Parts: sequence; structure tokens; C-alpha cells
Amino acid sequence: MTWYLVASALIFSIGAGGVLVRRNPLVILLCIELMLNGANLALVAFSRAHGNMDGQMFALIVMVVAACEVAVGLGLIVALFRRRLPIDVDELRELSG
Amino acid sequence: MAEVLFFIAAIGAVAGAVGTVALRNPFYAVLALVCHLLALAALFLLLRAEFVAAAQVVVYAGAVMVLYVFVVAYVGGADEPLTGSTGASLRFVSIVFALALFVELTIALVGTSLSALDTEGAPYQEGFGTPAEVGELFLTRFLVAFEIASLLLLIAAVGAVILARRRAGLGDEGEVSVADVMRRPEVTAGDGATPGSMIEAAGPPQR
Repeated sequence: MTWYLVASALIFSIGAGGVLVRRNPLVILLCIELMLNGANLALVAFSRAHGNMDGQMFALIVMVVAACEVAVGLGLIVALFRRRLPIDVDELRELSG
Repeated sequence: MAEVLFFIAAIGAVAGAVGTVALRNPFYAVLALVCHLLALAALFLLLRAEFVAAAQVVVYAGAVMVLYVFVVAYVGGADEPLTGSTGASLRFVSIVFALALFVELTIALVGTSLSALDTEGAPYQEGFGTPAEVGELFLTRFLVAFEIASLLLLIAAVGAVILARRRAGLGDEGEVSVADVMRRPEVTAGDGATPGSMIEAAGPPQR
């Protein structure tokens, strides 16, 4: 059980590092997915340790929320691309569109 | 046996995660994430979460990743330089932060002295993690969460369509929005619709 938690912590921190390092918003969304998956792994591992299904239900709801986030995030990226803005979070630092 | 499978799947998951972060081409990053998701589904199976594993493969590795691949192909998966205007120092600080986060999380998780940490977990129960059990829980104890999740999916779908549509006033003169078409029912396919848009494909509005 310990190893599952260590793996989930490792996946989460790789995702967090990726959000900080990368500059393409698409890849940042991918790294957020990584973080959510690390959290999911910990939830399912605790569910198994406890012998209770609640953690798995939580993981399924997290997957639903992640799908929503991806849909809206990709819609934003497509809208950025339509307006010919640079697909780079460092150059999109102004909120005045 | 379970340990061997765990280490194979865990190495696959971590390698996929590293590939997602480290690969320069966004296309390859998406493919690395698919590998990561498949390995994670194997881990879920080892934890007796059959339905979560199936949903992971079908919904994530199937549907969501197809969405990613389409958007990467549309936006253009140009190689980005890993170091840029932010400079190498910020990158170094980020990596140090990620390492510190990992160490801290590991200490927090392992140091809790939970009684289940070094065991195999709870004894086997009939029907644990099966779709039947998941469905029953979703329609009884977690009904509110289930309904809110479906509402959230609807809102996200509508929001994504509104965000990604062609807007009037922002683009070329020839572009129309859905609101324009609804306001002027006499519009025909020739004078308003952008070539290749869905409005043009639908032909002139029928009366």
C-alpha cells in the first residue's frame, strides 16, 4: 500500500513540475491531468485499504470534473488560436485581451 | 506476482508522466500521457477497482485523448523550446520545487503511521469495485454528486461550444455568429456564411 501512495506522490509532483516548467497551454493541461491522476491513484489506494467504495466513487467524480476542465480548456485554446494569439502562457500575461 | 505487476505498471506510469513533461512536441506528449493512463488503469485493476480502470481506459485514454489529439493537430504541434524568455533559473527553481513537493508528500503519506500502510488492505469482499456496486452506490448514496456531475458535464459542453465558436465582431466581416442568423431569418447561405462553416453546409434556412 505504501508503494501505491509513493507512486501517486511521484506522479503528482511530476505533474506539478510540468505545470511550472512548460509554456504551451496544451501541455500544461496535460500536466494538470497528471496531477489529477496522481490524486486518483491515492484515492483508489485508500479505498482498497479501507475496504470501502467511497474512494472509487470520488475518483470517478474527479474524472468527470477533469473531462469538463479539458473541454473548457481546449475550447479556450481553440479560441486563442482563432484570434491568432501566441499559444504561449508567457506571452499571454495580460488579461486585457 | 502482484508485486511484479505493480512495479511494471508503476514504472510505465511514471515513465509516461516524465515523457509528458519532458517531450518537446505536444503530439508526443499526448501519446506519452496515453501510455501513462493505460499503466494507471493496470494499477487500478491491481487495486480491485475494475470499473474505475475501465472508465479510465474508455473515457480518458479513449475520448479525452482523442479530443487532445484533434486540438493539437488543429493548433499545430510546433516544437517549443524548453527554455525561453523565462530563463533557466526559473526552470531550475521549478524542478527543485517539484522535488521538494515529492519529498514532502512522501513524508506526509508514509509518516502518518496509518495502520493499513504496510498491509495488503482490507480483506476481499464480494462485489468490491464491480459495475453493479458502483451503479448502486451512484443511485443511492451518491445520487446528488451524480446529478451534479451530469449538470457539470452539460455546462462544460455548452461552455466549450460557446468559447470555441466563431464570434461576430472579432474576426473578418464575413463571419457570422449564431445569434445573427437567428435575428435575420432572411439570411441566405451565400451572403452571410463563411465558406466551409456549418451554417453554409446547412444551406439556406427553410421557411
